[in-house]
Amino acid sequence: MSTTLPARLSSADARHLLGRTGFMPSPAEVSAWVGLAPADAVDRLLTGARRSTPRHAAPAFTREPIRTPYGRLPDEDARRAARQQARADIVSLAAWWLQEMRESPAPLAERMTLFWHNHFATSMQKVQQAQGMFVQHQLLRQHALGSFRELLHGVARDPAMLVYLDGAANRVEAPNENFAREVMELFTLGEGHYVEQDIREAARAFSGWTVNREEWTAQFRPRLHDNGEKTLLGRRGRFDAGAALDVMLDQAAAPAFIVGKLWREFVSPTPDAAAVEPIAQRFRSSGWRIDAAVRELLLSDAFWAPANRAVLVKSPVELAIGALRQFEIQLDSALPLVAVTSRQGQMLFDPPNVKGWPGYTAWITSTSLLDRKRFTERLFRALEAGDEGAMMNANASPMVRELMQEARARERRALRQARMEAPAGQSFGMRFDAESWLKPLGASPDREPDGAAREKLVEAVLSAPPVQPVPAGTVGLSYLRALSLDPVYQLK
Amino acid sequence: MDRRQLLALGGLAFPALGWAQSAASAAGRVLVLVELKGGNDGLNTVVPYAHPTYAQLRPSLALKADEVLRLDGALGLHPSLAPLIPMWEKRELVVLLGLGYPQPNLSHFRSIEIWDTASRATEYLDEGWVARAMSAGLRQSQRHTTEGVAIGSASLGALSGANAISLTNAEAYVNQARLLRPANAQGNAALEHVLRVESGVLQAADGLRGQAVTMATEFPPHTFGQAVRATCQIVAGQKGRGGVPVFHLTHGSFDTHRGQLGTHANLLKQLAEGLAALKAGLEQAGAWERTLVVTYSEFGRRARQNQSGGTDHGTAAPHFVLGGAVKGGTVIGTMPDLDRLDGSQNLVHTADFRQLYATIARRWWGVNPEPVVRGTFDLLPFLEV
Repeated sequence: MSTTLPARLSSADARHLLGRTGFMPSPAEVSAWVGLAPADAVDRLLTGARRSTPRHAAPAFTREPIRTPYGRLPDEDARRAARQQARADIVSLAAWWLQEMRESPAPLAERMTLFWHNHFATSMQKVQQAQGMFVQHQLLRQHALGSFRELLHGVARDPAMLVYLDGAANRVEAPNENFAREVMELFTLGEGHYVEQDIREAARAFSGWTVNREEWTAQFRPRLHDNGEKTLLGRRGRFDAGAALDVMLDQAAAPAFIVGKLWREFVSPTPDAAAVEPIAQRFRSSGWRIDAAVRELLLSDAFWAPANRAVLVKSPVELAIGALRQFEIQLDSALPLVAVTSRQGQMLFDPPNVKGWPGYTAWITSTSLLDRKRFTERLFRALEAGDEGAMMNANASPMVRELMQEARARERRALRQARMEAPAGQSFGMRFDAESWLKPLGASPDREPDGAAREKLVEAVLSAPPVQPVPAGTVGLSYLRALSLDPVYQLK
Repeated sequence: MDRRQLLALGGLAFPALGWAQSAASAAGRVLVLVELKGGNDGLNTVVPYAHPTYAQLRPSLALKADEVLRLDGALGLHPSLAPLIPMWEKRELVVLLGLGYPQPNLSHFRSIEIWDTASRATEYLDEGWVARAMSAGLRQSQRHTTEGVAIGSASLGALSGANAISLTNAEAYVNQARLLRPANAQGNAALEHVLRVESGVLQAADGLRGQAVTMATEFPPHTFGQAVRATCQIVAGQKGRGGVPVFHLTHGSFDTHRGQLGTHANLLKQLAEGLAALKAGLEQAGAWERTLVVTYSEFGRRARQNQSGGTDHGTAAPHFVLGGAVKGGTVIGTMPDLDRLDGSQNLVHTADFRQLYATIARRWWGVNPEPVVRGTFDLLPFLEV
């Protein structure tokens, strides 16, 4: 059988690999990967991601003493102030993460952390503890490409998850099945691979964990734990939480479930069961190494098949970060992006429910689509209005100012909708060096691109040929804006 | 076989055709959903002023018997709702009591999702109930400009999954839609989806474009009043075009954990002013007789007030149905028993909110309610049609 794996990466191949495993790459980023053998490229990606650490310190609140729980505060005024603080904290945490995504030299590390945030979806709305959301974030980041088994065990003892799925309220005399149900349905096995009785038995195994909210630690209290014998997924034993998780991982459905989800993230919306199976087996035999599964997927024929290119939809985070990375636009603060992505349906640390963001075509609604288009349109209008080819600054151009005012207004609206307060005193500088971005592609800000340059621009901006031809006479930056408004720009 | 024979046969073999028949007369009907965001306090909206327990539960929040606008010997409206009284007297306002659902969820987010998707408390659905009504026959029976418009909130709520859009004002929306151009391309499923949504946006923008309608009606300057103005303008501008069958408006936040009295009075005043303006605007547009207005909220609030002069998250609540076609001036259903609260000290619902939706599906739209509310629910007698 002939393989679709290229011997050496062309620039289109490199863009496909980088766009799928990170955010949309700039032409300069792409050129550094052209000519590599796929296996070398994938290994380089994985090594970089495993070694990656954040470039900026997380917001200061993450290092402060754990906040007093609302319930222990003296009065409603104190509670209201604490809620406002928590909302501001989570916005600054989301902005910090977006900034990491924008600047990371190993974007796969950020994408995998985001993948697990969506898989083990936990929302600030219920956890109400921004510091706790950061504790969970670090756990996801730490294991993002490591052992899925360790990650799963860590998540089950993570205070935010214990609060979010009521694990902290699960005790022998009052079982709570919330976590037991979701861990099988959404985290390990998928529907149809367990019965209601398994949920009741697993809930008994998970009982006894509580959260010390003063220290934000998980604590096991043997007296609240159901120590009796359980029958879980056909096995009998005095399972505790860890043992119950391992029983789940022993199911044949487990590795295939995770690999199938990784497939939908990186390869296509429709996993091929025959291709998933051997990857799932190696995933398990590798000791649940996530990097091993990702490596297999990225070196599969399906990943490189022409039919599977440009078949996935960019999430709002991918769209925003992708645009900034692709065009090498610098932004002093990622705060406006919190509002932008939130409006488009993806507020970090606030997934809609335990299933996470539904993703794929659900990202594109009439509402979100207009907003997505408006985002790039305004970005380019603002850039176009500045001095052609010059370094641009938010203070230099009225259009840029307008964009930023718009971003601030949007942000305030989004924050208000989420009942959050905007941190004061932020300024948002935006810079784009159009001349040096366009020049290597044979284009210039003040000329209509010729045939060869047009091809290069299309290839640099879109993962498939445009659906709508760019009108003749379109010049420089307007050309990029037109391409960003093409329906294909929504795809990766 | 002609159509008449087919229908006669269908009467026996396909009872669904009965709905299809009434669907024809449903053309041009408008449903306005008004979401009272944050959980409206039902007990201080439709007040059981004569019940001794009411005042006991709410030492400082209880409204006095001589303050409320009496509907009957047991219930009265919050005094801020005075602008609704003319509609009550004209029999264009119905009060539905005790709406809720089993195993109530006290999370704002999850509970409104349950209301929006008409799901059970234990199931997660992606599509709103309006979208399911579209699939159940409403889409085929009418040619809509767009299937729903959410005004003032990006979230489509009950309209999710329908060919619906959200906007703040129609002119701005039409203006934004200029970023889109019609395309006749084909491609993979994801691209097809984007193209389908684009064409929906363009279609909606086409329907909404045109001469701005000047309304003689005065609309309140507050956000809700302006959303009402946008609704009336769209309905007025759409005469004879198939139009927009469903609007989703939001008002609030009604999340009154603290110092409820003044906040709630103000919110209800704005609500009543907005609804009165809606009636006036739609009468001017000649559409009031074919409009149904329904309020809803994720939950009511705790029966007993808390220590901060507010109320915490609760369960069942009354809601309003208004319009030129309602059988109004009546209270439908049973007030939840103030002396028998549930385990979380909350009211126990006496009617399922899905009865409301089933009634709209069947009586307003003429579609089979079962796929809409995913089950069989008794209808509520609030419509003449």
